[in-house]
Amino acid sequence: MAGGRVNLQATCVRALGDLHLDVDVVAPAGEVTVVVGPNGAGKTTLLRILAGHLAVDAGLVALGDRVLDEPPRTFVPPEHRRMGVVDQEHLLFPRRNALDNVAFGLRCQGVDVRTARGTAQQWLDRLDVGSQATMRPAALSGGQAQRVALARALATDPDALLLDEPLAALDATTRSAVRRDLRQHLDGFAGPVVLVTHDPLDALTLADRLVVVEDGVVTQSGPLADVTARPRSSYLADLLGVNLVAGTADGATVTTSGGVVLPVTGSHSGSVYLSVPPGGVGVQSLGVEGDVPQGPGWVAAVEALAVVASRVRIRLGGPLDLVAEVPSGALREQGIVEGGSVWVCVDPTQVAVYRR
Amino acid sequence: MTSRDRAAVRPPVVVVGLAVVTVVFFALPLVGLIARARWSTLWADLTTTEARQALWLSAVCSVSAAGLSVVFGTPLAWVLARVRFPGRALVRGLVLLPLVLPPVVGGVALLTAFSRRSPVGGWLDDVLGVQLTFTTAGAVMAATFVALPFYVITVEAALRGMDRRVEEAAASLGAGRLTVLRRVTLPTIAPSVVAGVVLAWARALGEFGATITFAGNIAGRTRTLPLAVYLALEADQQAAIALSLVLLVVSLVVLVALRDRWLGGA
Repeated sequence: MAGGRVNLQATCVRALGDLHLDVDVVAPAGEVTVVVGPNGAGKTTLLRILAGHLAVDAGLVALGDRVLDEPPRTFVPPEHRRMGVVDQEHLLFPRRNALDNVAFGLRCQGVDVRTARGTAQQWLDRLDVGSQATMRPAALSGGQAQRVALARALATDPDALLLDEPLAALDATTRSAVRRDLRQHLDGFAGPVVLVTHDPLDALTLADRLVVVEDGVVTQSGPLADVTARPRSSYLADLLGVNLVAGTADGATVTTSGGVVLPVTGSHSGSVYLSVPPGGVGVQSLGVEGDVPQGPGWVAAVEALAVVASRVRIRLGGPLDLVAEVPSGALREQGIVEGGSVWVCVDPTQVAVYRR
Repeated sequence: MTSRDRAAVRPPVVVVGLAVVTVVFFALPLVGLIARARWSTLWADLTTTEARQALWLSAVCSVSAAGLSVVFGTPLAWVLARVRFPGRALVRGLVLLPLVLPPVVGGVALLTAFSRRSPVGGWLDDVLGVQLTFTTAGAVMAATFVALPFYVITVEAALRGMDRRVEEAAASLGAGRLTVLRRVTLPTIAPSVVAGVVLAWARALGEFGATITFAGNIAGRTRTLPLAVYLALEADQQAAIALSLVLLVVSLVVLVALRDRWLGGA
């Protein structure tokens, strides 16, 4: 299978317009490193640096012990980097059919036409678009075009794979089908893979490692499970759909900056983050005439409601901004309405506590 | 057929009237040309030695000018579209100048630059033995001078409009810069290259002023169709009309071939 067993490492400093990118990323061989971050954070710039379409102002880009970019002397142009690149838009050559699009890279390596087309057909078959070989890109569906683009990148036997939102341009149904096959092909790839996305499902299903880039810097990185268990920015918490609360721990309680005291399991001290899933936030009516329920909790305003499948998300204001999620039946039972007030408590067993 | 949409806005009478006048203005000369043609002698008029020489010379000059436009215009268009350099706007203006310059002025300018008495023309004559004035080579040069801008402007616009990321994708697949240009960029903009060639060729075919000024009006050497038409008008009007009809038909064919680009498709 394709790919060299070398790590891709990049220490990139690059100014581009308003963006000042300063990141340090290592993508180990045989693993999928997913880069997430808000729009304009520098994800695509990072990928263009790795591909060689942009140079770093300072730093080092290397594949194994092969230095690709190290100012002021070394810069390997894209055509000599041996990187397979797949963009959000397929970027297929419009006047070549699918087969010749995939054969193109092999022809550039000096492979004769017959052999190149044979290999290209195998790759198209592997990606389930073998029967579209003679079609021009304009005649392909979005999913087919993206499969051809992936086949084109893999056919050259690249040392590393770079994918920039490879599923973003596809409709929901096609996206899950291509995602599934992408997962399979990325698993079989021996070299490092860097995939940029803003889709949490892409990140959670494709990533071995997660790198969070915000405003040009890496705010968090590591194995997927570690990073998702302990989000450290509101961007990542939103992406994962959990509440991120900052507070000060003292034993079995954490006090937030707004003065809310939350019970937690175990004993902690100092500045901590709490990761609270919406399902761990309990919401109930205040009872008749403001009769406050018993136990630890507080009164919060219901700011907005949104239906998510058979459940309802409740955005809560007040001393602590939280998102709660309850079965939709609970709305009526508990008399929860937008603009109303509710009693909120947090289930300590669902809260993750970690050092800030 | 659907019934007429009664809600459709009726065009104002004045606008339609003026549009009709304009169409008549364009159509009348063509109708006149066709009406005045003596069809019985048309073939004979077109096959005289004079006419055949002019036809052949026009074919040679226009095709050569189109060919030279591709060879020299493509790199120039690429540089103008892709390379940032100081004075780029000035160079572009220089290249497009023949579009607005009266062709006769172009011819005079060419004379001052390439006649045997000019430094460059003199050097060409002395060292290489090449004489441009009053030769077919000069006629080709004059035609290229006026035709090249049409090619450059068309191809440069296509290069600017092209998605550069497709070229980057080719580079990542291992294609060197020249390979990208040859195997990806040019094939991608092929329709515009063809349109540019046809435009340049048509302009070269109709070239009169620069040719007669720079290359002269010598039968069999520089007397192309338009020059022959002009000359024949004095002596044999029927021959002039016959030759004009040839140019008319050729121009119409070009227009029809390019209608997708100019008229927004059929």
